[in-house]
Amino acid sequence: MSQLDWIDAALASARPQALGALLRYFRDLDRAEEAFQEACLRALKHWPVNGPPRDPAAWLILVGRNAALDEVRRRSIEEPLPADELISDLDDAEAAIAERLDSSHYQDDVLRLLFICCHPDLPATQQIALALRIVSGLSVREIARGFLVSESAMEQRITRAKRRVAAARVPFETPGGPERAERLGAVAAMIYLLFNEGYSASGGEAHVRVPLCDEAIRLARLLLRLFPGEPELMGLTALLLLQHARARARLDAEGAIVLLEDQDRTAWDAPMIAEGLVLVEKALRHRRSGPYQVQAALAAVHARAARPEDTDWGEIDRLYAALEALQPSPVVTLNRAVAVARLHGPEAALAMVEPLAERLSGYFHFHGLRGALLGELGRAGEARVAFERAIGLAHTAAEAAHIRLHLDRLLEDTGSKGPRQSPRRER
Amino acid sequence: MHYAILCYHDEGAVAALSREADDALMAELAVVRRKLADQLGPVARLMPTTAATTVRAGTEPLVIDGPFAETKEQLLGFYVVDCATLDEAIEAARLLLAPRTAAGLRSALEIRPISLFHPRGGAA
Repeated sequence: MSQLDWIDAALASARPQALGALLRYFRDLDRAEEAFQEACLRALKHWPVNGPPRDPAAWLILVGRNAALDEVRRRSIEEPLPADELISDLDDAEAAIAERLDSSHYQDDVLRLLFICCHPDLPATQQIALALRIVSGLSVREIARGFLVSESAMEQRITRAKRRVAAARVPFETPGGPERAERLGAVAAMIYLLFNEGYSASGGEAHVRVPLCDEAIRLARLLLRLFPGEPELMGLTALLLLQHARARARLDAEGAIVLLEDQDRTAWDAPMIAEGLVLVEKALRHRRSGPYQVQAALAAVHARAARPEDTDWGEIDRLYAALEALQPSPVVTLNRAVAVARLHGPEAALAMVEPLAERLSGYFHFHGLRGALLGELGRAGEARVAFERAIGLAHTAAEAAHIRLHLDRLLEDTGSKGPRQSPRRER
Repeated sequence: MHYAILCYHDEGAVAALSREADDALMAELAVVRRKLADQLGPVARLMPTTAATTVRAGTEPLVIDGPFAETKEQLLGFYVVDCATLDEAIEAARLLLAPRTAAGLRSALEIRPISLFHPRGGAA
């Protein structure tokens, strides 16, 4: 491990707070980013020589502000600021200054920085790209790779998004309670989108793009550290941790999807699961339910089962019913049907799924599940039609390959009579 | 004499390390632990502070989300408890807090889940 690793990590960790504070001073995203860049360049020069400052964010805020004001100072009378050489040692100077500058603002600075990326006019992909660029500080090239688009296309997307955000004029006053809650909700949704973008690529070969998931978890933790008493943020962070814990087991060596029940559970990330379970427990103590908490609780049921047959399907059915009440959606009902199939058999599940046909006709998983249920009921012809629809709607090669596996098994089994277990239960 | 050695760092920076850098650090620390085998007792890596819960003395003990954030008080000791649930750990903290409260101390006990635990840290 090199010194550079630590400096990179310290800069990444300090970035949201430092950039958030600089944005509040300059009220202009480009100027704030330039000031932060300049401060980082100076950090790379000074920190290896003088040692890292005790409070890197405070150092970067002061030096960034100092650098940006250099020009202005020539033209107007400004309060003299300390040279950054003077504040780069290990004493408490920068901490004291930072406290004066910042203590009451820190929370809202970071939240504002995240929130400007969530402008409702921006399509989801632009919100995520902007957050990765501004808050996480990923390079345009890294983001482009994450989204599987060209660098120039991503550059354009981000520039356009920034222009829109600048025009939207997010207020810089300290937000009131309801406004803050609204911002938190928007930011949480953006983080969840970011995670899903990494979890299931929408159109590429790479089914799991880990860096995007890692970044989403980092942002969720950041937000939870700022608002440690918000059960929905505990739920969101837990949900991401519990899902991401399975990343290594979700694809086999050939890149094909491995279903939850077929996954090698010893490959699940145990520390991530432990942290997720603690957060679910913490959230439930508040008795203020919400969609992220219920989804995290669902992921927790799977995480707790050492073997697939230990899964508490009754609890999963109850949790999906709770989610249906909180957030009615045909997709939630579809997921509930999986639990119903386990509890009451494929016929009951199919009865639950059929009424969704119209609303979910373009949804890959609808046809996939319907095909599997029909197969279990021995209705091979109908199952084949459903699987073929699913393949047509698959977003990734892995999804398509998985359904093809179902189809192959269905063909092999043609001729065998009576209801049978679906191929996914064998092995 | 037994000494406790407590580790401090910006958790955001530790979390921002790449997996490779973190693995490399852990491997180097494991070498040092083996070197200290004769002296080393329990070793623990704590989960991020977002997983913390704090029980604070009051007329009724207050359960607060998040770590203990005051800087006026000092860290005076710690316990390691093995509990099945967070509620059990909170109950243990309440029991440990009660005698302090009875003695007139307004203490706080921070509960931090342990992500990695070696009861005998120097053993391979």
